[in-house]
Amino acid sequence: MLLSIKDLVVSYGAIEALHGISFDVEEGEIATLIGANGAGKSTTLWSIVRQITEMGGRVVSGSIEFKGEDLLKYPPHDIVNQLGITLVPEGRRVFGNLSVLENLKIAAYGRKDNKGIEEDFKRVFKIFPRLEERKSQLADLLSGGEQQMLAVGRSMMNRGKLMLLDEPSMGLAPILVKELFENLAKINQEGTTILLVEQNAHLALRYATKAYVIETGTITLSGTSEEVEKNPEVKKAYLGT
Amino acid sequence: MTLDFFIQNFINAMQWGSFLALIAVGYTLVYGVLLLINFAHGDIFMVGAYTGYFIGTFLTNNFEIKLPFDLPSWVVIPLTIVATMFITALVGVAIERIAYRPLRNRGAHRLYLVITALMFGLLLEYGNLALLGASDRQFPNLFDKIIYSIGGITVTNIKIYVILLSFLIMGILWWIVQKTRWGMAMRAISYDRLAVPLMGISVDQIILFTFVLGSSMAALAGIMYGTAFPILRFNMGMLVGWQAFIAAVVGGIGSIRGAMVGGYILGFTQIFVAAFLPSTYRDLIAFVVLLLILAIKPTGLFGVPRRTKV
Repeated sequence: MLLSIKDLVVSYGAIEALHGISFDVEEGEIATLIGANGAGKSTTLWSIVRQITEMGGRVVSGSIEFKGEDLLKYPPHDIVNQLGITLVPEGRRVFGNLSVLENLKIAAYGRKDNKGIEEDFKRVFKIFPRLEERKSQLADLLSGGEQQMLAVGRSMMNRGKLMLLDEPSMGLAPILVKELFENLAKINQEGTTILLVEQNAHLALRYATKAYVIETGTITLSGTSEEVEKNPEVKKAYLGT
Repeated sequence: MTLDFFIQNFINAMQWGSFLALIAVGYTLVYGVLLLINFAHGDIFMVGAYTGYFIGTFLTNNFEIKLPFDLPSWVVIPLTIVATMFITALVGVAIERIAYRPLRNRGAHRLYLVITALMFGLLLEYGNLALLGASDRQFPNLFDKIIYSIGGITVTNIKIYVILLSFLIMGILWWIVQKTRWGMAMRAISYDRLAVPLMGISVDQIILFTFVLGSSMAALAGIMYGTAFPILRFNMGMLVGWQAFIAAVVGGIGSIRGAMVGGYILGFTQIFVAAFLPSTYRDLIAFVVLLLILAIKPTGLFGVPRRTKV
């Protein structure tokens, strides 16, 4: 098991946001966590990257293990550098005052192998050619779709084992969403495991192999994408059919 | 106004503006990464001046403890500068580690950090007064003073060194911030601090680096100030520090270019007001000018309104 979460309880002050969730992500797959706004999806991801305290929250109990190791021992920057877990945060969060190329460079901050970094620039530019065209532009000047590409490109710069994506489809035109998800599938085939958090359940279930449904801080359903898609509750609540 | 008179004041203003700019940059650097007004920074400048005084006095063999030999000035000057910058940087870093970081990690409101900074400044000041006494100190002569007279203008070599060295240091700082990976991380933190650890960067490490940069520049300003105006007093940090802080705000706090420009604007205003009016009017008019600049551009000359990130 690549990532294993057990009985994770996270709270913001007195308010408990996750009431002991458990789920697993296996190496090589695309897993998805679907649920409504406020269900605790982002909280889960920020807990995995050990930044939940910065968001005002706290892991109360439970465990997060990565390759059998207790992830809660690592400081946030080592989650990226040593374990190879990257988060593409909700709202992209690209550094608008840095150029596109600098955004990619800064994502390789912990690396010393200049040759490998150059290769990864090429890898990113091959998947997102538009970023290469705009590489000396400030990230602030990119369109929303391009910023999302940059955010994904950034998390490719660490040759991560596990890529966490928080609502990557949000605010993008349907054609861009399709392009982005095709590229995510490509990145997955190149060996990166993906945990995808989405409100757009249709989309997530099409690309994922395994799905978990989260409702107000509790996992209510899990299974293969097909199973989850066929579930009548899911159909009613998330797929609108 | 004769040309000589103008040039003379211009040179004086360049020197005074250089001190203010070097110190102002320290305020703006820390603000950029922490959104903290580091009110102890003026006193870091004082620590720099006093550290330079002790090291310089020792190396020129004017201290109670004597070296068995005399050192040539080409050894004394760089050694004083480097050692002073190093020790002052340690003091700056110590304040960050002892005072600011623990508060930050426990989620203290920014107001408490600012007050802590203010108190640490006072602590340095009155610590100095208690340990070294109230009497002024005479900064050692590191440079042999040479006075050049061209027409009606008199320039000392020290003024020229101060101005050139300040430009050089600010150029190096610009290079660090724009071209190195540490500088890139500093800029990233100023834009979106929460996203920085996601890149595998330790924010604390970058904050430490920022304090090293700001404090060592204040140390350099302290040595140059001591060389140009050799009387050191325990509260010099507050007197000069406040002015540099205001210069940084007028330039647009958080903007390095702004801090430099703000320093020179304040320096020029003060020197030229004093050139035409009684010197008691100097600061009154200088600060009225700065207030007017802020009234017209409330974010400061090079500042941008901070966007609130969702």
